Amino acid sequence: MRRVLSRLFWIVPVLMLGACKLEVLAPSGYVAAQQRDLLVISTLLMLIIILPVMALTIYFALRYRASNERASYSPDWDHSTKLELVIWALPLMIIIALGALTWVGTHLLDPYRPISRIDAETEVPEDVDPLEVQVVALDWKWLFIYPEQGVAAVNELVVPVDRPVLFSLTSSSVMNAFYIPAMAGMVYAMPGMETSLYGVFNSAGTFQGMASHYSGAGFSQMRFDATAVDEAGFEEWVAETQSGEDRLDRLSYLQLEEPSIAVPPATYAGVEPYLFDRAVNMCVEEGKICMAEMMAIDAEGGTGLAGTMNVASLTYDKYQRRGSRAPVLGWEPFQVTGFCTPEDTALMFASADEPSAAPIDLTRLRGRAVDAPAGPLSLIEGSRALTWLMPPTNERAEADTTGGMAADETL
Amino acid sequence: MAVEDLAGLPAVPETSFLLGRLTWQAIPHEPIVVVTAIVVALGGIGLLALLTKFRLWGYLWHEWFTTVDHKKIGIMYMILGTVMLVRGFADAIMMRLQQVMAFGGNDGYLNSHHYDQIFTAHGVIMIFFVAMPFVTGLMNYVVPLQIGARDVSFPFLNNFSFWMTVGGAVIIMASLFVGEFAQTGWLAFPPLSGIGYSPYVGVDYYIWGLQVAGVGTTLSGINLLVTIVKMRAPGMTMMRMPIFTWTSLCTNVLIVASFPVLTMTLILLTLDRYVGTNFFTNDLGGNPMMYINLIWIWGHPEVYILILPLFGVFSEVTATFCGKRLFGYTSMVYATVCITILSYVVWLHHFFTMGSGASVNSFFGITTMVISVPTGAKIFNWLFTMYRGRIRFELPMMWTVAFMLTFVIGGMTGVLLAVPPADFVLHNSLFLVAHFHNVIIGGVLFGMFAAINYWYPKAFGYTLNRFWGLVSFWFWVVGFWVAFAPLYVLGLMGVTRRMRVFDDPSLQIWFGIAAFGAVLVAIGIAAFFVQIGVSIWHRKAYRDVTGDPWDGRTLEWATSSPPPAYNFAFTPVTHGIDTWWEMKAHGQTRPAAPYLPIHMPSGTGTGVVLAGLATVCGMAMVWYIWWLAVLSFAGLIGAAIYHTFNYNRDFHIPADAVARVETARNRALDAAGV
Amino acid sequence: MSMAEPTTPSFWDTDPHHHPEGASTSLGFWVYLMSDCLMFAVLFAVYGVLGGSYAAGPGPQDLFDLELVAINTALLLFSSITYGFAMLGMVKGRKGEVLTWLGITLIFGAAFLCVEMYEFYHLIHEGAGPQRSGFLSAFFVLVGTHGLHVAFGSLWLITLMVQVSRYGLIEANKRRLSCLSMFWHFLDVIWIGVFTFVYLLGMIQ
Repeated sequence: MRRVLSRLFWIVPVLMLGACKLEVLAPSGYVAAQQRDLLVISTLLMLIIILPVMALTIYFALRYRASNERASYSPDWDHSTKLELVIWALPLMIIIALGALTWVGTHLLDPYRPISRIDAETEVPEDVDPLEVQVVALDWKWLFIYPEQGVAAVNELVVPVDRPVLFSLTSSSVMNAFYIPAMAGMVYAMPGMETSLYGVFNSAGTFQGMASHYSGAGFSQMRFDATAVDEAGFEEWVAETQSGEDRLDRLSYLQLEEPSIAVPPATYAGVEPYLFDRAVNMCVEEGKICMAEMMAIDAEGGTGLAGTMNVASLTYDKYQRRGSRAPVLGWEPFQVTGFCTPEDTALMFASADEPSAAPIDLTRLRGRAVDAPAGPLSLIEGSRALTWLMPPTNERAEADTTGGMAADETL
Repeated sequence: MAVEDLAGLPAVPETSFLLGRLTWQAIPHEPIVVVTAIVVALGGIGLLALLTKFRLWGYLWHEWFTTVDHKKIGIMYMILGTVMLVRGFADAIMMRLQQVMAFGGNDGYLNSHHYDQIFTAHGVIMIFFVAMPFVTGLMNYVVPLQIGARDVSFPFLNNFSFWMTVGGAVIIMASLFVGEFAQTGWLAFPPLSGIGYSPYVGVDYYIWGLQVAGVGTTLSGINLLVTIVKMRAPGMTMMRMPIFTWTSLCTNVLIVASFPVLTMTLILLTLDRYVGTNFFTNDLGGNPMMYINLIWIWGHPEVYILILPLFGVFSEVTATFCGKRLFGYTSMVYATVCITILSYVVWLHHFFTMGSGASVNSFFGITTMVISVPTGAKIFNWLFTMYRGRIRFELPMMWTVAFMLTFVIGGMTGVLLAVPPADFVLHNSLFLVAHFHNVIIGGVLFGMFAAINYWYPKAFGYTLNRFWGLVSFWFWVVGFWVAFAPLYVLGLMGVTRRMRVFDDPSLQIWFGIAAFGAVLVAIGIAAFFVQIGVSIWHRKAYRDVTGDPWDGRTLEWATSSPPPAYNFAFTPVTHGIDTWWEMKAHGQTRPAAPYLPIHMPSGTGTGVVLAGLATVCGMAMVWYIWWLAVLSFAGLIGAAIYHTFNYNRDFHIPADAVARVETARNRALDAAGV
Repeated sequence: MSMAEPTTPSFWDTDPHHHPEGASTSLGFWVYLMSDCLMFAVLFAVYGVLGGSYAAGPGPQDLFDLELVAINTALLLFSSITYGFAMLGMVKGRKGEVLTWLGITLIFGAAFLCVEMYEFYHLIHEGAGPQRSGFLSAFFVLVGTHGLHVAFGSLWLITLMVQVSRYGLIEANKRRLSCLSMFWHFLDVIWIGVFTFVYLLGMIQ
């Protein structure tokens, strides 16, 4: 028996090695760190009630077992107003606390909300704009477009440390979710729609990034390395990428969009303007109406009966890609043709970049208008109340760029 | 890998008038499937041969298939659930094996086409064809007995509902051997499940399997709901109903008020796939997010449909084995009703990450947490029922304690996932997978085993073997934790669900532990079958003549085990919550005479015929065999109309037959000295 | 004997106790109608979401012919009234009257279906079929599901007419007539919703 046990000891270091990789609990980005804090606080709050319940269950089970003659027995005792009050009030109080935490935390950590702090100590400097990265989930790889730098990369994300990043997400085919556990949680990337996610890395390193929402055959290999480097390193990477040869235009995008599995990382030195907008609006292919144009027409009440004629055979059959065909009892697939000239479309996208005043102020709903709270709830923004639990994220070794995992060995 | 190889099928399969798109190619040629098919076929032929040899067909047809007796239908539901549990568990084992193998360039033994079907089938089967039949079967068996009724309100409908559920299961099982199953995940989110991205039969199998079974579920929900409202024994007011009946009532309200949403959502998906409408398409004004909302408006109540009846079971079991009145009956009832209502306002927590605003997310996060208040109250009620009790640790009580200890952890991780920012890092991760297995296995399955051990003696007249029950119990409970605790850890490492291959070799050890846990659970399942087998073998020794082996409290223990077809020779009258307990306390005597003829519904084969036609129709739709679909649908309508021309649907059990049964029971009771 | 004790409550009902046959039917059918109502609720919700998605195609004002729909509404409402007369006949136990009014109801129902099918045919012929846009998909399926219900109701009506004429106004047939009555009026209520939310609101948008 002892020999078996001693042989099993090798498991312990292996498990500990694994435990060092609890990326969700020891992230490298401030957003994920706050999400982790919420996770831990909620767990502790609930343990206040869970642990006594478990202990009582075991205690009562042992104490009142039938063989224990000494225990009291009251077969008709079935009500106690005081106890009832406690058993409803106790969970309720915990939930009220948790609910308040949730309300504030959800608004502060809303993925649409611009980041106000780089880490627990540092506010985002006034002159620093977030780095914009446009993300397209393709079958089955990720395309990252850097509009300011005019470059793009497939299955490779490089961002500077300590600078907020704004991801604009969309998908070319089915629903996907964009997830870098060490950075800022996940948000769905959906076809014909744009979602956003703000995140920041606080330490250099290479982290896993992935599609976390099942999307078909190549889903398991739809992963990428997210590399956080210092500002100089990022400039260097951009310059190197810009010196490459491949350019991403609408035609090469459509080729890239074809399903493929386990695609090695690649970069593009240039990107056609408004390619991402076209991807969001599902009008990369020629002659197809952009969603924005379609919705503008719909808001005006459609195009009347003439609109029934405004359709054409698909110039490019996306569905064919996964080996499909038309619905068996329906029509042949068709597309609506656009009215805009290419110049109109470019103008439309350009004007969309400038924020216009929404008729209804949605900022409060969107969570951007909620101020960081003071008082006990402030611990989820800015405070280091939890540092006794977790080492502060920014003190981690940042020298190690070969593997972000190693940085977590401080645990 | 070329993409054409992904589906393993030509882009445009040929279709013919006679067979639609059913071709020789549709039979999978993968060795695993072929071997399974051969084994199943041989087993099936063997079973049929045995049935024929022992001339059991007539018996099965008259006594079981065409029966309208709620007890027999309940038992058949349980058998269906058990059979499908084996299938669903086989899928689980295959997934565990693949995930433990596929590391560092090793592709495992399943390609994505096969693996993706398996995780989809596992979810669909476990929810729709294991948990649902178990729950429905249990309610079918117990509720009429508990309320002192002789059958449900609509006995024929009950038989039909059961066979529709079987029909759905048949369609799902057929996908294993002909064609393929969906590769979409168990809720088949579009656009992936649309015709564009899932062109072949997989999603169609999913749709028609669920639709056929869904009709059965809805009708059985209506049936049981009306039964509970209308058929209660005299004196049994709502606040005197046994707690299991209460939870059943709420469950059936949930079924009736949520399954139509599923039905309609799947109809819309069907139209998108067959006719080319634009409900959930990317293009032309469709909206895939609408599907996700609709399916979860059904899906979240569904979770409570599964767990509520088991909450009832735990209440009955705790009260019985503690020899004590249930603590806080009223607050238990209100908690159940609260959960029922709240379950409709939480659906969005399944997709916090879809980009709703922070206010919407926090609203749904908080409503979700609020559900944990009545649930917590329930846990406390069980706890204080144990307090100052005389706890007999029979198997049902052991399952209950295991449930209480397991479920609170699952509940806690559930509330964690309801905090939107936490969900942003844990959604779609193995943490989530661990959470819902934690509540479904720890709640529904543990509850099922408690219920089976509790009511089996009632159904068959002998108790279950304790030793093998204990073996099953320990392997299940330990196996569950060994299998799912690693998934919690993996989730915290940022490992997501539905993955077929992994890069990082250091994760392998965790999947190894999880696989070992699955093996333990497999032993637990095997021990359960041994338990049943041994008990049948020794049924004479385990015989229970009293009809009340556990010193029960509710009416089902007032009649013999197994109960006669008419349940009660005379209608019981209720004066409190624990009617049978009070009867015993007052030393009641069963009235002896004069027995009266008892009015009962007669059996009919129409349910089998209708469900058979519906199944054929579903299969024809899957394979685009239009002529067969039209014919079978017309046949379905015709048979239903034909059935309405039969006005003689009942008979009377003559008084002397009742007298014979009751006298025999009295003699047996006297002989046993009760 | 314990029976002698006056405090012992009676636990068994030894009187010939008998649930009246079909006592649960109307409640059961009502619950079924509510579940059916939920299916329509889904369709209305879907129409609410997709009702403005014309996909740069035609909208309600280009397509709907309110006069036709008004005729249709009248047909269905009258059929409800005539069904009511049939039920009055049933209460009085006049079989011939019941059959006559059921026949008239059937004619109204069939006329409703014919008008609806003409409307659908016309729309599809114009190129505004259910495939053209999310709005048209939602429209066709909402209105079509209602039409399908009317069609099955009519089939049921025919069956019941045969059964009443063959077996008379027996208890079972009366029960079935009341169920169909609920069903038929329920479809009327749904149609009022369709007429208001789809047609009328569509025209004034």
